[in-house]
Amino acid sequence: MNRAANFLGWLGRGFLGMTGRLGDAASLSASSLGLVAAPPWQGRHIVIQIFNIGVGSVAIIALTGAFTGMVLALQGYYTLSKFGSESLLGAGVALSIIRELGPVLGAMMLTARAGSAITAEIGIMRVTEQVDALEMMAVNPRARIIMPRIIAATLSLPLLVAMFDLIGIGAGYLVGVDLLGVNPGAFIAEMQAKVTSHDINTGWIKGVGFGFLVGVICTYIGYRATPTTEGVGRATTQAVVLSSVGVLVLDYILTSFFL
Amino acid sequence: MKAPLVSKPGAASVSSMIRCANLCKKYGDVAALDGVNLHVRKGQTTVIMGGSGSGKTTLLRLIAGLEKPTSGEIEFAGEDFVHIPRKRLYELREMMGMVFQYSALLNSLNVYDNVAFPLHEHTDLDEDVIRTIVTMKLEQVGLRGMERLMPSELSGGMAKRVALARAIAMDPAIVFYDEPTSGLDPISAGVITTLIHDLSTKSHRTSVVVTHDVQAGLSIADHVVLLWQGRVIAEGGPEDIRHSEDERVRQFIEGRPDGPIPFSRSTTSYLDDLLSHPGTVRMRP
Ligand SMILES: Nc1ncnc2c1ncn2[C@@H]1O[C@H](COP(=O)(O)OP(=O)(O)OP(=O)(O)O)[C@@H](O)[C@H]1O
Ligand SMILES: [Mg+2]
Repeated sequence: MNRAANFLGWLGRGFLGMTGRLGDAASLSASSLGLVAAPPWQGRHIVIQIFNIGVGSVAIIALTGAFTGMVLALQGYYTLSKFGSESLLGAGVALSIIRELGPVLGAMMLTARAGSAITAEIGIMRVTEQVDALEMMAVNPRARIIMPRIIAATLSLPLLVAMFDLIGIGAGYLVGVDLLGVNPGAFIAEMQAKVTSHDINTGWIKGVGFGFLVGVICTYIGYRATPTTEGVGRATTQAVVLSSVGVLVLDYILTSFFL
Repeated sequence: MKAPLVSKPGAASVSSMIRCANLCKKYGDVAALDGVNLHVRKGQTTVIMGGSGSGKTTLLRLIAGLEKPTSGEIEFAGEDFVHIPRKRLYELREMMGMVFQYSALLNSLNVYDNVAFPLHEHTDLDEDVIRTIVTMKLEQVGLRGMERLMPSELSGGMAKRVALARAIAMDPAIVFYDEPTSGLDPISAGVITTLIHDLSTKSHRTSVVVTHDVQAGLSIADHVVLLWQGRVIAEGGPEDIRHSEDERVRQFIEGRPDGPIPFSRSTTSYLDDLLSHPGTVRMRP
């Protein structure tokens, strides 16, 4: 009886804490993003962050894309050859990458490469009072630190995903056609026939959504990190875990929406 | 350009820069400040002293507007500082400088860009002019020629001096200092102390200095506030403090371990604590 009450209490507190944090995250992000139009214009800082977050992730996402495409071609060929429909390989690889793997793996790599760095950087700025120093120099830290990073992540991920898709499909073509001997004409023709503009739209909308989510989660957790060295360490781990899980949950929601 | 710092020509606000009434700040159950009244006069150096954990930094952060009080009032140049809109706060902040306890330099920028930061943000001066100003400020703190170093390449004392140069880059009307001399060698500490003194006497700037360096504090102060456990236990001119009869004040300025201010902040008895955990200490009859 007592145990059950304790458990319910624990559950209730956890739920209240979580909704509280969600609300806090939403209001912090919204108030930061609202500053995009307010003077002074932060364009230079948005560009710097696009460079840090987006350009900095190009190599890792290209590499991930290449191997994903190669593995998909191998696995797809194995499965399709059981039905004697190897010619569908191009369509299979392209659809899986464009609709699903490009956005999701791209978001995961963005989290690992740039998201963790965002959280750690903002957390350290808190620990060392740099956020307060900005505030004292009449520079709004939300406009200078949070807003440019969320915007940069939101703009960068769809572009990174497009690159992931191209490289992935190219790598799939190499493995499928040159290594496994699928007819090149069939590979391309089936791909062109089966991939619609709806699939492409699904892909880039997911890219925008995931980029925004990763940006919001990683900036929020860094900004609200307990200002100690352990606090920042914990925040970084938490940001990576929450972003990854968040991306998968949002992926399900968006997929069921667009199917 | 900006609204004047002193908005009302009322007699009270001319001499008064900051006025706090019954200021309380709680962190959870801990009362960091408990009913503090403070009056910072324009052009004067107000020194806030007190032991570790007495609430000095908290008080400074409240009057700088970095945090909101749990209750009480703060008036900055005649304006309500607790309910001030952010926009107006930022306007006032361009006339404030702050030296943080651990310097708080922006670690992605080198020394030059750190000192030039407020100038780049809030003025449209030519880079040549900014360079001249930065050189002058760095000369004042004895670090001219170090412009290219990054904050990670500076010692704690050097970082503090850069932070001071940055705080005065905009020639602010009021400068807040949190432990400006701690972590400095005696010579640098002396230079910084003199600098703070000169800034207020020669250019009539208002300074609020938080320190536990009693001698330095008393030597530059026009007005001293002594905090203990979040309360003001004494205030007055440096001479009043030096010759105070109050036992707590005497103990603090003489640095004696025994007296009315307990060194230990524990509220339980030492012997009880040792004995209440079985296995730690055994008293044999
Ligand atoms: N952010 C915070 N969260 C919780 N408690 C805090 C916080 N900041 C200060 N305190 C508490 O408030 C009290 C006063 O702290 P404050 O930093 O103002 O002391 P101080 O006089 O500046 O000390 P020191 O000389 O060591 O810097 C302390 O008991 C401290 O534990
Ligand atoms: Mg302090």
